[in-house]
Amino acid sequence: MADQPTSGGGSQPSKPPPWNDPAVRSIVFQVLALVVLGWFFWTILNNTLANMERRGISTGFAFLDRAAGFGILMSLIPYDESNSYGRTFVVGLLNTVLVAFLGIILATVLGFVLGVARLSNNWVIAKLATVYVEVVRNIPLLLQIFFWYIAVLQALPGIRQSITVGDAFYLNNRGFFFPKPIFGDGFGLVWIALIVAVAAIVCLRKWARQRLDRTGQLFPVIYVSIGLIIGLPLLAFLAMGAPLSFEFAELQRFRLAGGASVIPELMALLWALTMYTAAFIAEIVRAGILAVSHGQTEASRALGLKNSQTLQLVVIPQAMRVIIPPLTSQYLNLTKNSSLATAIGYPDLVAVFMGTTLNQTGQAVEIVAMTMAVYLTISLLISLVMNIYNRRMALVER
Amino acid sequence: MKSTPILVAAAAVAALVAGAAQAATLDDVKSKGVLSCGVSTGLPGFSAPDANKNWNGIDVDVCRAIAAAVLGDAGKVKYTPLTAKERFTALQSGEIDVLARNTTWTHTRDTSLGLNFAGVHYYDGQGFLVTKSLGVKSAKELDGAAVCIQAGTTTELNLADYFRFNKMQYKAVVFDTSEQTLAGFEANRCDVLTSDQSQLYALRTKIKNAANTVVLPEVISKEPLGPVVRQGDDQWFNIVKWTLNAMINAEELGVSSKNVDAKKSDKNPAVARLVIGTGDMGKKLGLDNDWAYRILKQVGNYAEIFERNVGAGSPLKISRGLNALWNQGGILYAPPIR
Repeated sequence: MADQPTSGGGSQPSKPPPWNDPAVRSIVFQVLALVVLGWFFWTILNNTLANMERRGISTGFAFLDRAAGFGILMSLIPYDESNSYGRTFVVGLLNTVLVAFLGIILATVLGFVLGVARLSNNWVIAKLATVYVEVVRNIPLLLQIFFWYIAVLQALPGIRQSITVGDAFYLNNRGFFFPKPIFGDGFGLVWIALIVAVAAIVCLRKWARQRLDRTGQLFPVIYVSIGLIIGLPLLAFLAMGAPLSFEFAELQRFRLAGGASVIPELMALLWALTMYTAAFIAEIVRAGILAVSHGQTEASRALGLKNSQTLQLVVIPQAMRVIIPPLTSQYLNLTKNSSLATAIGYPDLVAVFMGTTLNQTGQAVEIVAMTMAVYLTISLLISLVMNIYNRRMALVER
Repeated sequence: MKSTPILVAAAAVAALVAGAAQAATLDDVKSKGVLSCGVSTGLPGFSAPDANKNWNGIDVDVCRAIAAAVLGDAGKVKYTPLTAKERFTALQSGEIDVLARNTTWTHTRDTSLGLNFAGVHYYDGQGFLVTKSLGVKSAKELDGAAVCIQAGTTTELNLADYFRFNKMQYKAVVFDTSEQTLAGFEANRCDVLTSDQSQLYALRTKIKNAANTVVLPEVISKEPLGPVVRQGDDQWFNIVKWTLNAMINAEELGVSSKNVDAKKSDKNPAVARLVIGTGDMGKKLGLDNDWAYRILKQVGNYAEIFERNVGAGSPLKISRGLNALWNQGGILYAPPIR
């Protein structure tokens, strides 16, 4: 398109001079704009560094190697006070990823259930789902987080009055404690068996699909898959002589020592994020399903498909095309909203790294930049995955 | 050619960014006509709003004294409530002119934040608050305890040091503000609340069941609390430093808000230097010679602000202890005004 004036050739008597050539001008202006933009940001950066230097504020990333010297409530990797500030970054990052990951899964499940429930023919179910959506999505998330945190803390008993099941599971206001699995020698084979099972299921699905195309016969993939994914690891487990033991939590003066636990902050945050985001996802799902014209369902029934098949093969695949793009936004929202954790003391990236670490080192610019980079990266990754999924689900035009 | 205006605009913006870097704080405060003072989000005795939304406390009185010296009116203060995490950034960025927010003077803060501590107006130390029903008599018995703590404080580091040094385990439950920390403690999320001892006494006044709580005897750290200013503005640094010194010297010289008018004709040359500024004491600071008179008249000497905010005249009832004058068994010692 841009070449047209020049390649148009013969009919035009003379080429315009470069300063009147729209193509050249457009390129020149774009380059200029980029240079100015680059120079602008470079100047800001330079200025910031110069000003901080003049005011005697430390700069640079050397602080990441210094010992942190403070404790963190929950860490997915080994951490103690003698570790570095760099490690507090990783601890906070993993805690953020954990809550975002679990939140996305739970919110999706709850959201789909609620979305379908809103369209239910059962009056009570439909109205309950409507009330839920309207109440939850209209209350600020921070209030909900506070509410659930206080509610969780108040509702749960003290450590001496724990709700316990067989002295193995404890629930109290310090968290939920459960036996920690200790994997013995040879447990690795169980993991290998699990991977083999997953690979087998992928192959099986492909084969069943081809068989369906060839012969028109359905193969019960689901049941065989469930059998494989449970059966294979179980066989390996028994063959290795059940190499698994549990470490039980033990009641001490102040605490339950040993075992594994989930802190109440995580429970409250996860619960609040899930409930809140699910309300939005429910609406997205409802919109997606309603977007599939009723004629499709009728046509499917006319072809003799069962109700479940109609849903599975006709309605959902078409609804997903409408659902996925806004669903991606909700996943991004949930991830970013998880930074509200700092309000209730869940040690996420913002609370640990942009909170305590920033305050102890005073290097706000570096730390805020790193934190922003993390959220940007996580969000872009989620977008990437969802875009790939979206492309696979998109309408294939023949 | 057309891009020239854009370039000029960008250059102007960049110049503005550079220009905003530093102006003399004193001129700035005078032209604004109000002192921006960073305080806590609500800590009784130090800085907390009362029922009429007026800020009270020993930190607040330091702000008021500076405003009286600089602007002539102790009421011309704009209070900015800050969490522990926010405070240094607020000061560095110029959002506030002085930070008087129970802030501990430490090596790291003094050297790497681009800030200066202008003295000490309260000598504190970190302690532990527990419920009596726990049956703990000493901090050494706290192995395995969950500890509620405020984010971004020296207490967070002292706690880690103390437990590690004594080979004890702990779980730190970290909150943003002292209200949230207290709420966590009251909801029994943790067994122990740790903070500066003065804060523990202050927070105790907020607890519904205060009689069931006790402050353990151990003091595990030194916490000298003082006002903080930006580095690189020595005039402003001097003003804040000598405002504090004036109040302490006034107590030593027996000058208070009640007798300051009478003391104007006092024979003691030290009193004269303080109250009427003989020897141009105020001018040397870039102020007028009535600066200290206004501080004492409008705010009072150190003993007065201590007693009415945290001492006998307050619900906290903290004794002077370390904060008594050097000649009365404490360590409060101000360089002379001469």
